[in-house]
Amino acid sequence: MIPAKFDYVRPSTVDEAVAALAAGGDDAKVLGGGQSLMPVLRLRLGEPSVVIDTTRIDEMKGITDSGTAIVIGAGTTHDEVTKSALVRDHVALLAAATETVADRQIRHRGTMGGAMAHADPAGDQPPVALALDASFTIAGPGGRRTVPASEFFVDYFTTAVGPDEVLVSVTFPKYTGWGAHYEKFNRTAQAWAIVGASAAVRMDGGAIAEARIGLTNMGPGPVRASAVEAALIGASSLDAIAAAAEQAAEGTSPNADIHADVEYREHLARVLTRRAVAKAAGLA
Amino acid sequence: MTEILDSTAAIGRPLRRKEDAKLLHGRTNWTDNIQLPGTLHMALVRSPMAHARITKVDLSGALAQPNVVAAYDAASLGDLNAGVPCVWPVTDDTVMPPFPALTGDKVRHVGDVVALVLATDAASAEDAIAHVDVEYEPLDAVINMVDAVSPGSELVHGDAANNTCYVYDLGGGYEDALAKHPDAVVVKRRFVNQRLVPAFMEPRAIVAAPMGMSEEITIWSATQVPHILRVLLTLVTGIPEQNLRVIAPDVGGGFGGKLQCYREEILCTQLAKKLGRPVKWTETRSEDMVATHHGRDQIQDIELACTPDGKMIGLKVDLLANMGGYLQIITPGIPLLGMFMYPAIYKMDAYQFQCTGVFTNTTPTDAYRGAGRPEATYAIERIVDEMAAELGMEPMAFRTKNWIQHHEFPFTTVAGLTYDTGNYEAATAKAMEMFGYEELRAEQKARRESGDPVQLGIGISTFTEMCGLAPSRTLGALKYAAGGWEHCTIRLLPTGKVELVTGTSPHGQGHETAWSQIAGDILGIPVDDIDVIHSDTGRAPYGMDTYGSRSLAVGGQAIKRAADRLIENARPIAAHQLECAADDLEFANGSFTVKGDPEKTVTLGALAWAAFSAHDLPEGVEPMINGEATVDPEDFSYPHGTHLAAMEVDTETGKVRVRKYVCVDDVGNQINPMIVEGQVHGGVAQGIGQALYEGVEYDEDGNMLTASLADYLIPSAADLPSFETGTTVTPSTTHSLGTKGVGEAGAIASTPAIINGIVDALRPMGVNDVLMPASPQNVWRAIQAAKGGAA
Repeated sequence: MIPAKFDYVRPSTVDEAVAALAAGGDDAKVLGGGQSLMPVLRLRLGEPSVVIDTTRIDEMKGITDSGTAIVIGAGTTHDEVTKSALVRDHVALLAAATETVADRQIRHRGTMGGAMAHADPAGDQPPVALALDASFTIAGPGGRRTVPASEFFVDYFTTAVGPDEVLVSVTFPKYTGWGAHYEKFNRTAQAWAIVGASAAVRMDGGAIAEARIGLTNMGPGPVRASAVEAALIGASSLDAIAAAAEQAAEGTSPNADIHADVEYREHLARVLTRRAVAKAAGLA
Repeated sequence: MTEILDSTAAIGRPLRRKEDAKLLHGRTNWTDNIQLPGTLHMALVRSPMAHARITKVDLSGALAQPNVVAAYDAASLGDLNAGVPCVWPVTDDTVMPPFPALTGDKVRHVGDVVALVLATDAASAEDAIAHVDVEYEPLDAVINMVDAVSPGSELVHGDAANNTCYVYDLGGGYEDALAKHPDAVVVKRRFVNQRLVPAFMEPRAIVAAPMGMSEEITIWSATQVPHILRVLLTLVTGIPEQNLRVIAPDVGGGFGGKLQCYREEILCTQLAKKLGRPVKWTETRSEDMVATHHGRDQIQDIELACTPDGKMIGLKVDLLANMGGYLQIITPGIPLLGMFMYPAIYKMDAYQFQCTGVFTNTTPTDAYRGAGRPEATYAIERIVDEMAAELGMEPMAFRTKNWIQHHEFPFTTVAGLTYDTGNYEAATAKAMEMFGYEELRAEQKARRESGDPVQLGIGISTFTEMCGLAPSRTLGALKYAAGGWEHCTIRLLPTGKVELVTGTSPHGQGHETAWSQIAGDILGIPVDDIDVIHSDTGRAPYGMDTYGSRSLAVGGQAIKRAADRLIENARPIAAHQLECAADDLEFANGSFTVKGDPEKTVTLGALAWAAFSAHDLPEGVEPMINGEATVDPEDFSYPHGTHLAAMEVDTETGKVRVRKYVCVDDVGNQINPMIVEGQVHGGVAQGIGQALYEGVEYDEDGNMLTASLADYLIPSAADLPSFETGTTVTPSTTHSLGTKGVGEAGAIASTPAIINGIVDALRPMGVNDVLMPASPQNVWRAIQAAKGGAA
């Protein structure tokens, strides 16, 4: 459990980090909270030439209110996200999903940006970002650019962040007053999700007026259950929600592993979506 | 919850553990903390393939790396490449293939060791192993036991036809007994008792060092068995026994996984001697998953016959037991430790048992908490529930009708064991009351009637087990190479303090506290004045170590006898001082007193100085006071208990929840009820781990799919309910302290209780078995299969 040798730099600004990436070449790796990268290094699944530690970059930390959106620095820890009143009030679904990440110790070190950039298909927050139309601010040699969530997640462990770029922040539109629930299905408390269903709904007169549904571990990246979202509009009963949730597995392409095969994952997606929506809507 | 006491306390008191302050403050001495000048760090080249011929090993690349001092493969290690010992050939024709520390011809499981590198620091050694060039010629991997024993299968070892290590046939007249009952009801099942990883918290670690000018090599190892390890290292290396000292410093758990003479221990010892420098190795968790021996892994074909009114006639058991790629210390014998326990607490006319040991290209198996008895208990308690369902009987009523009643002890079972005592009625009655059995049955009925998606099941396990592997002559009859005795020396020091030297080797169990309580109670000396010396063959030269719930059951008796002897050795000195006959003295609370004259008294402490100064000892009495004893018990001990689990099953997803877990264990007299409770908690958690979470999975090429703790799931406190524990006390009559042993009971009892609970919840849906671990997918599949859907 000893990593291979690597160089280590700790920039204090985003520009310095970008410069360090450029100097480090293709083998450079960005370190956030280290909860994904350190196991990779220790198991020698990766042997980067240089590790660029971003934990001392002030700009990448903290949660701010831009007026219409909540901006979360990539280096903000999961624990800070879950405890933030701004997040809880305006992006409640993100708080709910983040609360389920691993265990307390990991939530104190792991960062939201790190989890997004790592893009594990079993990650709890990427589907939330996708469902809520978050946008990602990325810095590189050519300056900064903003990428919508629908273009950010590319494939297994692959995002729009290029090898010479660093994720700076994630911006979530406000969903003030929406009901939210994350239904995570795993075998032990600290385990990754076998499947997860994130649901945010805006209620109007006892019926669902708008819905946002994201699925965890149902494909190479996060999945948005658009068909379910559309079918839910106007739903005001558990039966109506159940009927809409039947479409949850449509268009998904989950993997099979020792915990679940494809058929079972599809079944779980339907059941968990129904439960998540029902709870988000205050009907269960 | 037991009340915990800090005050001076004796046998039967829940004294706070002496060990804990040191452990909690980190003032510990783990093997990996030992740093000796000049140490060479060993890293091992492990096979990435399950079965392959080695066609080339080139060490030159590694030798050219910075800080590398030496590198070896099987050929270059030569005569020092000693074999890993197996001491339990269970039959006269058990195939015992060689198991060299470095394999030279073939690799036989992922993690098998091909070469090693020694460097002056651990990082350099780890870097260098990537530069050892090994070429493999892949062979078909033999993974599945049923395939392995089929004709034409690839052979793991050339001399083991059909990959069969042994066939042990106990015989038994099951068919004859069945023939007498033409109306018998027969239930047959195949249960799979899956492969588990011991997963102790502290990984294995070894430091072997030549000690200065002497010939001694000291070996520090995270082991459960320093004494056994010393003997075996001598036998395999040829280093004289008197030149080997084995120390198990603080050891963080074992569960049987550190009951071994591992290849890494052999290699460190040989290389330290050859190179004249300390050699150190600490395994990574990734190595531990493939290189520390595994447990369980049996396919159990079991058949139970009953009369139509529910009296057991006979039991037939036929096992396939996975040995893995090699035999380790007692690999072949593990299933036989279960052989005696299949009939469990039940009376029947006939019992037939056969076991086939099978070689496969997997990590070797060996002892894991319970070692054979959990497998047996699982199979019998599961099939008892299935038979009750077949007969339409309430499962507890069916057990009650067939178990040995308390007035029938001592009782010789159909398997040939004589249970000295037991009271299954009392433990069960108490457990059912604590559990609220009738109320939960009523809730179960209501949920069934309302079609609740969350169904409730009640799981029962009325278990017994055998602890304290002894007496030695019985072990000999089973072809086990060693004995089953235990030793204790108690030395009264000049200042009245006590050194208690035990041959047991605790690695988390709290022996320092419990042993102090036994000796303190008998000698009348405060527990804090007693220092327990253990786990060092230099300071505690005689012992058989800690495994199989033997430490109290066997070692406790040695403590009692040694303490009694110490008192008798002190008696003539006391009589001399008090000017009376030895017979006129009575001993109580640490003092000798002349009978009928309470003023004439002397404490052991005062006698200690007299025995040390030796200025005025009676004729023929030697200086110093001590007591020594080596006890070989007259029989095993038989703890028992009743465990009840209320299981909620989400029938939509297959996810289960342990809502309530009640257990009443009868472990006989208890030295420290708090430690007993802790052992039960840990054991129950581990047994639930097998039932719900744990299980090694291989792909068809023999790659372990559960090779990290992210995939091999171990329950934490967050996944388990608060256990409700109770006890009944039926003292053992074959053990001088009336104790029985508790280390494995929870792990033996809980697994079938959990699975029986799940099956009980789902039986109306047509489910009559669930594969372990009962993962959500396995439970959901069982429901789907019962519905006639895809499975």
